[in-house]
Amino acid sequence: MDSSRNINKIVVDEMKQEIDEKSIDPATQSMLQKAEEAGIETAWDRYEKQLPQCSFGQLGICCRNCNMGPCRIDPFGEGADKGICGATADIIVARNLLRTIAAGAAAHSDHARDAVLTFKKMSEGEAGSYRIRDKEKLLSLASEYGISSEGRSLEEIASVLADTLLKEFGKQDGHLLCTRRAPESRFKLWAELGIEPRGIDREIVECMHRTHMGVDNNAVHILLQGLRTGLSDGWGGSMIATDIQDILFGTPQPRKSTVNLGVLSKDKVNVIVHGHEPILSEMIVEAAEDSELLKLAQEKGAAGINVAGICCTGNETLMRHGTPIAGTFLQQELAVITGAVEAMVVDVQCVMPSLGELTGCYHTKFISTSPKADFPNTIRMEFHEDRAYETAKEIVKTAVENFPNRIQEKVTIPEEKQECMVGFSAEAILNALGGSPDPLIEAIKSGAVRGIGAVVGCNNVKITHNYGHVNLVKELIKNNVLVVTTGCNAIACAEAGLLLPEASELAGDGLKAVCKALGIPPVLHMGSCVDISRILVLSSALAKRLGVDISDLPAAGAAPEWMSEKAVSIGAYVVSSGVFTVLGTVPAVLGSQAVTSLLTGGLNSVVGASFAVEPDPFKAADLMLEHIDGKRKALGLN
Amino acid sequence: MKDLTIRPERCLGCRSCEIACAVAHSESKNLFSAIGEKPAPRKRICLEYIPDLVVSLPITCRHCKDAPCVSVCPTKALFQDETTSMVSHNPERCVDCWNCSTVCSRFVSLYNMILVMGCWTSSMNCNHKVINRQAEAGIRCNLCEGRDLPACVEACPTHALIFSEVNEI
Repeated sequence: MDSSRNINKIVVDEMKQEIDEKSIDPATQSMLQKAEEAGIETAWDRYEKQLPQCSFGQLGICCRNCNMGPCRIDPFGEGADKGICGATADIIVARNLLRTIAAGAAAHSDHARDAVLTFKKMSEGEAGSYRIRDKEKLLSLASEYGISSEGRSLEEIASVLADTLLKEFGKQDGHLLCTRRAPESRFKLWAELGIEPRGIDREIVECMHRTHMGVDNNAVHILLQGLRTGLSDGWGGSMIATDIQDILFGTPQPRKSTVNLGVLSKDKVNVIVHGHEPILSEMIVEAAEDSELLKLAQEKGAAGINVAGICCTGNETLMRHGTPIAGTFLQQELAVITGAVEAMVVDVQCVMPSLGELTGCYHTKFISTSPKADFPNTIRMEFHEDRAYETAKEIVKTAVENFPNRIQEKVTIPEEKQECMVGFSAEAILNALGGSPDPLIEAIKSGAVRGIGAVVGCNNVKITHNYGHVNLVKELIKNNVLVVTTGCNAIACAEAGLLLPEASELAGDGLKAVCKALGIPPVLHMGSCVDISRILVLSSALAKRLGVDISDLPAAGAAPEWMSEKAVSIGAYVVSSGVFTVLGTVPAVLGSQAVTSLLTGGLNSVVGASFAVEPDPFKAADLMLEHIDGKRKALGLN
Repeated sequence: MKDLTIRPERCLGCRSCEIACAVAHSESKNLFSAIGEKPAPRKRICLEYIPDLVVSLPITCRHCKDAPCVSVCPTKALFQDETTSMVSHNPERCVDCWNCSTVCSRFVSLYNMILVMGCWTSSMNCNHKVINRQAEAGIRCNLCEGRDLPACVEACPTHALIFSEVNEI
């Protein structure tokens, strides 16, 4: 009896140890434990079943672009050194990378297109649920793009602005308008290199053309198109998405909220909004306050309606309304496993198809809303701008009506919830600084702030959940680097308590003093992944004020746990904008020495920045600090 | 004793075994570092396409001491170097008698497959000189000494390679 108990104890300990290796977050660990005990599969289990992963795939040396293949290159030089068409490892790796960038840019930019189309419909009175929330931003954009506001109503200005921005997607000549926000030296460099983005859609289409059998077969030439496509995302699609969403839903301002699985309510109807677009989630947040639905919730025995976000849909509502966030990318399944979610409402991007089977184990309704995206076992409630609020109400009603079906024995909500301060748009940061970037520049000059670290990106089962994010950011602030964050890094930092002014206690003395003086956290949440465009705008403002290029700034970027194709597009535009970037997971390029050495070194002499790969967050921080110090020295700062 | 068994009907020809083998025999034992090593690590298992059977299969030889395939070969197409114990195969002397395949635990499954498919090609003739190349290079499958499971077995996504107790044939 005793010995069997001992064995069981050992088994439990071993299980615990494994769970410790999966995530550093206690809420996540407890839900993983629950999943394991209930025999429910998660992404971590499926990852184990995929091991060992295909080496050709990891090295990027498999080509499926034509039906003579698939072709593979032997990385050890004994077998095939070319595909059937003669493509070498360099060509194959570069082509694959270009397609990845194209997919990432497409995701961001297509999101932007939908935002502009909604904006257009709003301006024409065909999307009654939406209105202009940030008039100032509308007028400032109109003036930036030379749209006269004289004698025009706000709606008329919006309509012209929408047309102007829609043209950016199908542009045939000239440059993308937003690129002019970069320092002049930067956009001139892009033009000289022939990587100034033209139309947003055009760059993506051209990637697909170039990688078709027998078109572009020069690795360097292919990669330059990759940079251009990335730029069409960062200084095109993503930037447009941010701007338009700010006009429609308000430019974020600092506010408090809470994060982690503990935000799910024991006695309220829990509606999760997951995916990437605010167009729907904004309406859901509003519908959750509808008196009719609140009354219905009461009738169904619920104490109210609780909306919580996951991924960037969550970040969008968090930034603008302080709507709590239930978790990062890798917590989406765990939210369902709490057993307390009445509806998992999804739009596009980073939504795991596994949710279909998983929600079937609980009472959770899995509701897909985008005309572009469906998943297994969903209820389709397609969302269209003309009846946005009505659809949102129907969705919330479905969730409310599902409340009595909650199976109490299956409900376990982790206690962990963490307060955070969010809402640092570029505008809000300038406000916090008193209206000008000068105080920050002075702090950088004096050395109180050693530099700026932009830490972004996803979760990836290859890295212990949040371990890369949290440790890298902690290391940076400890060394007086002010961190700006978006996406799942921002949520991870929030869960670790780093998005609070009190977190400045973890910062070095210089940064601590600056944070205390301004009342800000040492880690500033700037929004969703399209909002990395805010980081570009901010770095451009700092560079211009200093009279230098972005590549001269004591700044560095990182994506410690990246996984998505969007992250690759982001990497391409961040580096092309002049920011050294450290990747925490290895991109599928190492099969080509030429491509690898260009990305990790050669690009320096082209765009003034390059990539590094470092899975260890402490070593990654060292690389960033070393880079920042180098830039400080070059600027003559101590 | 435990040895590798090849189940050719499960092989999809992905070459995962080859890369895992080369990495297991590299200095660093890490894919990303191994691809840059000089000299390049050598694989002990080779995927070969067998046109007569329309299948690909991994071929690997332990060059075992007192190799049974050598002792049963009636035409001395298979022979063994006395000092290094490396086995070589001379296709010109091979008469497709299959005797060798019936005594080698690694080839017996291919032999069975040949029987099922009614293809009259000797398994040893299908080795595409893999065994000879190994003999020349002086490298052999050592079942990844020091590992619980040979790297190729661990890497095979379809379990076409298994590592289990095999009876002396």
